[in-house]
Amino acid sequence: MVQLEVFLQTLVSGLLLGGLYALIGLGMTLIMGVMKIINLAHGELMMVAMYIAYWLFTLLGVDPYVAVFIASPALFILGVLIQKYLITPVIKVESILPENQVILTVGIGMVLASLATVFFKSDYRSTPVDYASVTWYLSDFWQNSPIELSISLLWAVSFVFSILITLALWFFLSRTDIGKQIRATSQDSDAAILMGINVNRVRAFSFGLGSAIVAAAGCLFIPLYYLYPALGGQFTLIAFVITILGGLGSNIGAIIGGLILGVFESMTSTYIGMGWAPVGRFAIFIAALVFLPGGIASLLKSRRLGK
Amino acid sequence: MSLLQVKDVSKFFGGLAAVSGVSFEVQENEILGIIGPNGAGKTTLFNVINGFYKPSKGDIILNGKSIAGRKPHEICKAGMARTFQIVRPLRRLSVFDNVLASAFLRAKNKADAENIAVEVLKFTDLYEDRETLSKGLPLGKRKRLEIARALATRPKLLLLDESFAGLNPAELDKSIEIIRNIKKSGITVMIIEHHMKVIMSISDRIVVLTYGQKIAEGTPDEIRHNQQVIEAYLGEA
Amino acid sequence: MKKFYPLITLAVLLVLPLLGFSTYVMHIFILLLMWATIGMSWNLLSGYCGQVSFGHAAFFGIGAYTAGILYSKAGASPWLGLPLSVFVVGVFAFIIGLIVLRLRGPFFALATLASGEVFRVSAENMDWLTNGTLGIMLQKRLWVSKEPYYYIILAIAVATFLLMKYLISSKLGYFFVAIREDQDAADSLGINTTLYKTIALVVSGMITGVAGAFYMNYMGYIDPHIVFALHDVSIITIMIVMVGGVATQWGPFVGAVIMVMLQEAVRSIGSLGALHQAIFGLLLIFIIIFLPNGIVGDFGKIKRFFGLGRVRA
Repeated sequence: MVQLEVFLQTLVSGLLLGGLYALIGLGMTLIMGVMKIINLAHGELMMVAMYIAYWLFTLLGVDPYVAVFIASPALFILGVLIQKYLITPVIKVESILPENQVILTVGIGMVLASLATVFFKSDYRSTPVDYASVTWYLSDFWQNSPIELSISLLWAVSFVFSILITLALWFFLSRTDIGKQIRATSQDSDAAILMGINVNRVRAFSFGLGSAIVAAAGCLFIPLYYLYPALGGQFTLIAFVITILGGLGSNIGAIIGGLILGVFESMTSTYIGMGWAPVGRFAIFIAALVFLPGGIASLLKSRRLGK
Repeated sequence: MSLLQVKDVSKFFGGLAAVSGVSFEVQENEILGIIGPNGAGKTTLFNVINGFYKPSKGDIILNGKSIAGRKPHEICKAGMARTFQIVRPLRRLSVFDNVLASAFLRAKNKADAENIAVEVLKFTDLYEDRETLSKGLPLGKRKRLEIARALATRPKLLLLDESFAGLNPAELDKSIEIIRNIKKSGITVMIIEHHMKVIMSISDRIVVLTYGQKIAEGTPDEIRHNQQVIEAYLGEA
Repeated sequence: MKKFYPLITLAVLLVLPLLGFSTYVMHIFILLLMWATIGMSWNLLSGYCGQVSFGHAAFFGIGAYTAGILYSKAGASPWLGLPLSVFVVGVFAFIIGLIVLRLRGPFFALATLASGEVFRVSAENMDWLTNGTLGIMLQKRLWVSKEPYYYIILAIAVATFLLMKYLISSKLGYFFVAIREDQDAADSLGINTTLYKTIALVVSGMITGVAGAFYMNYMGYIDPHIVFALHDVSIITIMIVMVGGVATQWGPFVGAVIMVMLQEAVRSIGSLGALHQAIFGLLLIFIIIFLPNGIVGDFGKIKRFFGLGRVRA
């Protein structure tokens, strides 16, 4: 019984973590789908948003969940600027290695992480909101429950928020003009140009939107995590693993991929050891690259169209 | 004996058949033209023959041995080379080095490879341009460079994918002359072409594809008067 | 004249230690040669063969740990790690290659990045073999003076330079470039791309591994964060070649000089400390936008910019 309890608790924590991961992955997959480049500064953008949330909380007492509405627009602007003034010029430059664009985003990430260290020191910071310790137990609701499970309020709120943001994004992409243009460009940028879509504008907008989404994820994470300047790198990798697992440019894939990764990491921590969670992450990554090159999206597709 | 036999070959993508049930043979030392409207599956057929795609069904036999499902580099070693519709030279290397890179395939050493490269460059009339960086070449010469690179692998069978598209009349004549010379030197040629006049004048036989299926096969004269072919082409317009 | 540049450079490098530089300056020269060696090996795989690796720290670390474990577990001389790491890293590179070489472009890059991280986390967690995060320390380094280390790394660097020169002008070099420019076209011209990419990866890994084994012997201490570092090894390696010149013979040397000097300069100005990643990042961004072929590759451009070229009348 205890074993089952541990398993279920691990599963629940994994799903909650996965919900946030999905949001990080969504931002990445959006940029990848439209730009066809890998943004290795993704986690650093999230780190910047987390500092915005942190300072809003510390200086002005703004709740991190409210900070979403400030950090996301700020990061949207930062994303647009990066796309316009750094990435676009490099796409035009002729070079031996096409991977230059990826290396460029590495440089951007380095600058952001380093500036954060300079301004904010390497200290670990957190936003101790007063409802941080609230936890719900299954036995509070069902006294005779044979097993005990718990969910912390913070995790639950962050999870719900990430679902809401995902729904909002879905609505935006499927119902609005610019959303439709993003999807069209993502599917076939040449055709999009022929249809009269201003692809450069769409690209800048998508980079901004992707940054805004990961900024929201950062605000949802900060009540749960410690914040420090070097935190970006690991989240870039997480975002990347999710995108590969889900299938490039696939939103549903990113959501499922995020949940799978969350559960998998949670399981590795419980059953193999804390330190091994990153190895589990990479094992999934490599397995996905090798055995499922199109990601989860390709599975979904072949179900629908397959013969 | 025929050099290449394509036996009931099909290629599906998802549920879509890009090539379905195509059979034909290429005789030793002939020029076989493949024509068909856009999207008829010509390039897919080349990609299946040359090993980029595994055929979903059917068999391909080169020189008496099945090559279906083998990798492109193995098929090239077995004696088949190809060019691409979109030219893909090694942009930052000279014309000579471009050809040298593929001459190494059969050469015993570098000197041998260099000899092959010189010979092929003279054959394709690119010897004067051997020092030029390939990205600086005009389209006509780049298309010829593609042929030269393929020839340097010493093929028995050469697959040409639209080697004439976009050429001006002078370049066109040059390329036609070179392809005739290739045939004279004993190499069999299979060619995809949109340019009707060229293909009719150069081919010994022609295979016509539409919607991934073979609808006709015969000499240029027979094809010209084939009712189905005429309909297929008029239907397109 | 140009033909003699390598010989002149070699002669200068040979007499350098005799000029009575301080141990600090000698230390810089040693680092410089080590990084040039690693840069050359990266250049083979990524610059010439076009497979951009973000994970050379894996090879560097495995080489370093080969020497380290040989010493800490088998009690043997860590110098044996130099020849042994060729073999050990070769095997690991081959295995890594089986997985990552199926991928192309940015996906290959990220898979190699992941492989570097896998080895770092593994080294941190396999205490029984690697001492975990405590690392491995040599009780006593073989020599106190810098000169022997200098000549050893010089020999490694020169051997690597010659090997590169030979490989690039041979059949392999042509095949590598053909693969870089267009893998499908290379394949259809009879080049077994998987085989030749594996060769590039294994040779490149081996050389970086030897450099790693040398690092263990020279520095006398390693831990997973130092030798499997993403930024301080894998990314620095990329930067050295990007700054110096991708797919050029001298690029890795020029890049190593600039990067090592820059690193030391930043380190010596204490107040810059935390800014050093920002400086590197800005340099990387600048190079990619303005000199995408590096200092050696875009030398003509630099000359023109300063009005030295003949092009400007």
